Amino acid sequence: MELFANPAPILTALAFWVLSGVLVGSALAVVLARAPVHSVLFLILCFFNAAGLFLLLGAEFLAMILVVVYVGAVAVLFLFVVMMLDMELVALREGFLRHLPLGALLALVLLAELILTAIGWHAAQDLRFVSATVATAVPFAEVGAEVSNIKMLGAVLYDDYFLLFQASGLVLLVAMIGAIVLTHRTRPGVRRQEIAEQVLRPAEARIHANNPPIGGGVDWDV
Amino acid sequence: MFENAHWFFPSLTHYLVVAALLFTLGAFGLFVGRKNIIVLLMAIELILLAVNINLVAFSAALEDAVGQVLVMFILTVAAAEAAIGLAILVVFFRLRGSIEVQDVDSLKG
Repeated sequence: MELFANPAPILTALAFWVLSGVLVGSALAVVLARAPVHSVLFLILCFFNAAGLFLLLGAEFLAMILVVVYVGAVAVLFLFVVMMLDMELVALREGFLRHLPLGALLALVLLAELILTAIGWHAAQDLRFVSATVATAVPFAEVGAEVSNIKMLGAVLYDDYFLLFQASGLVLLVAMIGAIVLTHRTRPGVRRQEIAEQVLRPAEARIHANNPPIGGGVDWDV
Repeated sequence: MFENAHWFFPSLTHYLVVAALLFTLGAFGLFVGRKNIIVLLMAIELILLAVNINLVAFSAALEDAVGQVLVMFILTVAAAEAAIGLAILVVFFRLRGSIEVQDVDSLKG
């Protein structure tokens, strides 16, 4: 794997800078945008650029999953909710400036720590050494370096992590049921067709034979 | 012209720094987006995206497939979390007519 070959192709490096620049910029716009709709749209842009970064890293299947699941489902869900709720923009932006200094300070401290950790760790360790001693999981070579990314993922997922795979399906099921239970409401005054009641109704209740006297009319109490 | 510019070519550290920036922006959004729960949920999505970029970058650097499998599980949990969070948001808006964080203090006593 020559993913981090130095010098990498110029185009790869250019793509990295463009993708990560737009990614960080649109993430900033998600936080700072005035209207929630704009935040959601910038979030979609974020996901697209992250998918591009995944492609550069060789994780093709995850890039496609990111586009399909995140852009196609999660971001559209956000969009639906933002458009369903009518919010007042003026009220939403109150308190932004009040929390800005503390938030910016904490964010800068966090950023400095994270970047120091990343650079310092990278300078101190030889990655081959780490992968030979620490990481005991599934190396690419074990699955076969010549297979495609999706084949490799499938082999590892279904061989080594099958129970976790099933459990994540259960998580999705619980989330679906939870969302339905939470948002479902029974409205009064709605007449529903009770098919079971209709089917189970005995024949005597369906047909009435009346023999009314002349001029007497029918006593109707069904 | 970039042959000697080592900073120009992406390494693992480049990806880690991008993920750190993304994580920081998400945490920043948690602080300043106090008026709007939707922005909080989107900030959480940004943080999870940063974690995913970290995992994929390490997976590529260590040539280890498990990082990408973990990303799939994180995506699953993130999707479930977004669905439940938005459902709670909709119910809350239906009850109170507002989605401000300051209004969600009924349990404070």
